[in-house]
Amino acid sequence: MAGEEPGFVSRGFVGKPHGPGADRLPPGQYLERGFPVLTAGPTPRVEPSDWSFRIDGMVDHELEWSWEEFGRLPAEDVPCDIHCVTKWSKLGISFRGVSVDVLLDSARPQGEFSMARSFGGYTTNLALDDLTGGRAWVVTEHEGAPLPREHGGPARLLVPHLYFWKSAKWVSGLRIMDHDEPGFWEANGYHNRGDPWQEQRYWSD
Amino acid sequence: MVGLSEAPQRAPGRWQIAEVERIRVETPRTKTFRLRPPMWVPHLPGQHYDVRLTAPDGYRAERSYSIASSPLDEGAVELTVDRLDGGEVSTYLHDVLVEGDQVEIRGPFASYFVWRGEEPVLLIGGGSGVVPLMCMLRHRRRTAPDLPMRLLYSARTRAEVIYADELGDDAIVALTREPEGAPAPDLPRVQLGRIFPGLLAAEAFDSGLAFVCGSNSFVESIAQMLLAVGYAPDRIRTERFGPTG
Ligand SMILES: Cc1cc2nc3c(=O)[nH]c(=O)nc-3n(C[C@H](O)[C@H](O)[C@H](O)COP(=O)(O)OP(=O)(O)OC[C@H]3O[C@@H](n4cnc5c(N)ncnc54)[C@H](O)[C@@H]3O)c2cc1C
Repeated sequence: MAGEEPGFVSRGFVGKPHGPGADRLPPGQYLERGFPVLTAGPTPRVEPSDWSFRIDGMVDHELEWSWEEFGRLPAEDVPCDIHCVTKWSKLGISFRGVSVDVLLDSARPQGEFSMARSFGGYTTNLALDDLTGGRAWVVTEHEGAPLPREHGGPARLLVPHLYFWKSAKWVSGLRIMDHDEPGFWEANGYHNRGDPWQEQRYWSD
Repeated sequence: MVGLSEAPQRAPGRWQIAEVERIRVETPRTKTFRLRPPMWVPHLPGQHYDVRLTAPDGYRAERSYSIASSPLDEGAVELTVDRLDGGEVSTYLHDVLVEGDQVEIRGPFASYFVWRGEEPVLLIGGGSGVVPLMCMLRHRRRTAPDLPMRLLYSARTRAEVIYADELGDDAIVALTREPEGAPAPDLPRVQLGRIFPGLLAAEAFDSGLAFVCGSNSFVESIAQMLLAVGYAPDRIRTERFGPTG
């Protein structure tokens, strides 16, 4: 956590009415009604026919699903709140997809860490603890419709308990590793784990 | 840099109470806040600070603002803020904060949307998206004036052009909603209408980076145009301000 300056009050600041829902906002976050887009570069165009999802690295069985095969896996609705490190949060949003537990089950991981990768070259690292136990999904729908391209369609990772950059858009696979390595934003000043409730935004947090 | 190199720099990231040294009205909707943090750390052009406001009941609001001033401007940090109607933090900064007030900040942060001296560089900004690009331009003018760097800056009207008196031959301003019959804008290089592919193609470099900053829709359309004029995705760095665009 960053250092505190106890007792400092901004002269003349009252803030917006902080009514219902305020307890669902992590520190430093504000409620956003739209669904902002944040990407480091241009939005890639990934057609479902070109999409596949692969699990490799330190696993007993490397696995790969095509879009069609992925569509046959058991999917579930995921109602959640999401928190972006640029300060906005969105409450009561819904996605649909396949739990990472299901994906990892037959691959049998032998490491404790992972690197998620995306079309376009984006990466983000996640401890397996954060990806398992019903806390992470590969989602293909948002509010009952196919996931829009600018939000990572056809498929993105969804890890709602961490800042949203961990929910890699246009996700194409997971590499299981026996050690931790920083992904893209993690190598560029952002926190290695990114728990919004502990306000782990930057390296120094 | 006497006095700076001796003590190890304190890591960025701690909240500090900065003094508002000066407030400059840039346009009817934007103001620049010159802040003096007690622990100043040199930044990289493109980085931002977080600003935090605390109400008497403990309620807090935080937002990010890009640094406009060159890191050679030691001891101070300038943030240029667009006033959004109904916005929680930008209206406070515009309507309440006065010179001599205190404001909590921490930074500088981020290391992707930053300029580290690469060349040539094409900068493309929309609205307040020009702020981090101005930091790059200012820093280049003070450290490497001959380094090839061009700015394409899209604003609605002449009256909304931030930093107008600093724009030289290295900047083209595209005015998207300048009223008919308005006097010819007093800027070195102007074009009426949006930035279009032909303009980008003419200003593009065969190598080097493009930094694009603005609303999401602006960034998205410019990034697509850059791809079309031959910029590979890894030559395009984007920063998207603001929730909607
Ligand atoms: C890395 C980064 C750098 C940035 N740099 C800059 C910069 O240099 N300069 C700059 O000006 N900005 C910058 N921004 C944007 C800035 O962080 C804020 O998002 C911006 O100032 C708006 O904050 P706010 O509190 O004023 O508005 P918010 O309260 O967040 O509101 C945002 C918009 O939503 C509307 N709104 C709010 N509440 C409601 C509601 N209940 N119903 C309908 N509409 C509503 C507001 O009218 C406003 O237009 C940057 C953002 C990032 C992420």
